[in-house]
Amino acid sequence: MQKTTILSAAILAATMGAPAWAEQKTEFKLAWSIYVGWMPWGYLEDSGIMDKWADKYGIDVEIVQINDYIESINQYTAGAFDGVSATNMDTLSIPSGGGVDTTALIVGDYSNGNDAVILKGEGDLTSLAGKPVNLVELSVSHYLLARGLDSVGLSEADLDGVINTSDADMIAAYSTNDVQAVVTWNPLVSSILEIPGANKLFDSADIPGEIIDMMVVNTETLADNPDFGKAVAGAWYELMALMAAGDEGALTAMAEASGTDLAGYKAQLDSTEMFFDPAAAVAFTESAELPTTMVNVAEFLFDKGILGEGAPSADFVGVAYPDGSTTGDAGNVKFRYDTTYMKMAADGAL
Amino acid sequence: MRLINRKPGVALAAFLTALPFVLVLIAYAIGSDIRLSANPSDKLLPAPSTILATAERLLTEPDKRSGQILFWKDTWASLQRLLLGVGISALVATVIGLLIGLLPHVRAGLAGFVAVLSMIPPLALLPILFIVFGLGELSKVVLIVIGILPFLIRDLSGRVLEIPREMIVKAETLGASSWVIALRVALPQLLPRLIQAVRLSLGPAWLFLIAAEAIAADQGLGYRIFLVRRYLAMDVILTYVIWITALAFVMDLALRWLSRKAFPWTEATL
Repeated sequence: MQKTTILSAAILAATMGAPAWAEQKTEFKLAWSIYVGWMPWGYLEDSGIMDKWADKYGIDVEIVQINDYIESINQYTAGAFDGVSATNMDTLSIPSGGGVDTTALIVGDYSNGNDAVILKGEGDLTSLAGKPVNLVELSVSHYLLARGLDSVGLSEADLDGVINTSDADMIAAYSTNDVQAVVTWNPLVSSILEIPGANKLFDSADIPGEIIDMMVVNTETLADNPDFGKAVAGAWYELMALMAAGDEGALTAMAEASGTDLAGYKAQLDSTEMFFDPAAAVAFTESAELPTTMVNVAEFLFDKGILGEGAPSADFVGVAYPDGSTTGDAGNVKFRYDTTYMKMAADGAL
Repeated sequence: MRLINRKPGVALAAFLTALPFVLVLIAYAIGSDIRLSANPSDKLLPAPSTILATAERLLTEPDKRSGQILFWKDTWASLQRLLLGVGISALVATVIGLLIGLLPHVRAGLAGFVAVLSMIPPLALLPILFIVFGLGELSKVVLIVIGILPFLIRDLSGRVLEIPREMIVKAETLGASSWVIALRVALPQLLPRLIQAVRLSLGPAWLFLIAAEAIAADQGLGYRIFLVRRYLAMDVILTYVIWITALAFVMDLALRWLSRKAFPWTEATL
């Protein structure tokens, strides 16, 4: 009994101990979850494109699908993965807010209609006043709602509260009489809009470029292993070129993996501004609007208490941009936009 | 002396009881320390002192927006749901358990049905529950009831069937009606078992409560845990987990005490 207790205590201490961010290494793990703009990650692994590029640089990159999006980011933050697919907002709040220095290696797309505020019946954004809204609290949906309410001079206090509702049960929830309005993302948005009476009030196309989907990696790991960045960027943009050219095989595989068909997946891609061309991703990342967006996001996170109790202000976490400028605390930069590898892809230097 | 006959003294017994707790705490402190020395802002395993500070803040500081202390609000909301769910289940299970155990016609009609019902995983039926019972308090209580009621009924009806046939025949010869036998012979023997069964089903009841709160809620212990998971606030989660553990432990203790006070004669079989 005593022996086993000591043993299990030792195992507990060992397994939960130091995160495994080694310096130089040859094996890397990326995590991703299902979302229209991240389906290429699954295809990169299945098609062998990732392996091909990893072999070119003499390393091994494993891409693992995680069913729960937040869990994948938490796992990355805890050190189980070298990189994860995440939005700009969740990267700032979870790994960067948690002190893990994180770099956006690939800026893949931004939501251009994939996230939407939906009302049951007629009305506009102002008719949300006094109504409860169901959404995944503290997610990009919550951010979208805050931005939407802001645009008509309302705030969350004018609603009859927000009710945290699991995305997995959003469609079932929408069918109940209690629910009057929801905020959610695709493919849920398209399913809900098919229900008669569903009325889209506001979507991410109204705030273009603010909900950004990326592959973020540990900054130290990337700095110590530039080949890792090169292999991932090379593989990603090889597939982007295939997608831009409308490669049916690749698109169909991604559509099936996301539980829809080719037409359904193409419809979702239409509301996603994919950066097929690395030069476009670089231009977007270097644009003057990005710092404004990040400041907006940081203020939203701080307002909701998501940056944690240790955060004295919205500027607590610093964000660095490709030109070397920063927003937030320049002494605590934990989130970096780096165009080095996307540029290499654009220049054909990989 | 054989090992099975060697007993620890009072001091040693207390030490052995405390040992696993202390070891887990030490293991946690070591793990937390290793991670925090690698990254001082690590959120996964906050230092015990951080958890204490967070607990103090949660227990005393009111929320900026509502002015209420969310910790107590969450606790009250969850306890209400849990007690309602468990209370309703206990009441219904006692009645149906008695009926199944005593009346052969009801037994023929319901026993098989309840046995099958108890095998259905309730969480898989959530969308149907939502549409039938809505997203409000009702569906959360119903989930707890659906989760634990079949088990309680099976356990209690089994207990009624265990009552020696001789005892019931004896009551009959003394002129007792079915109604009197149910109330005066079966029910008193059932109640201690009810407490025992409720104690065992408290674990699943918490599980279903937290699952229900994770899916759609705006307050409650499970709601808060799943909400702050979005930014990996393990200090808040661990505080809530310790609190839930303490609540469940106290409930179990209280039920055991109640059983001992109210039905001292059953102590031997508990």
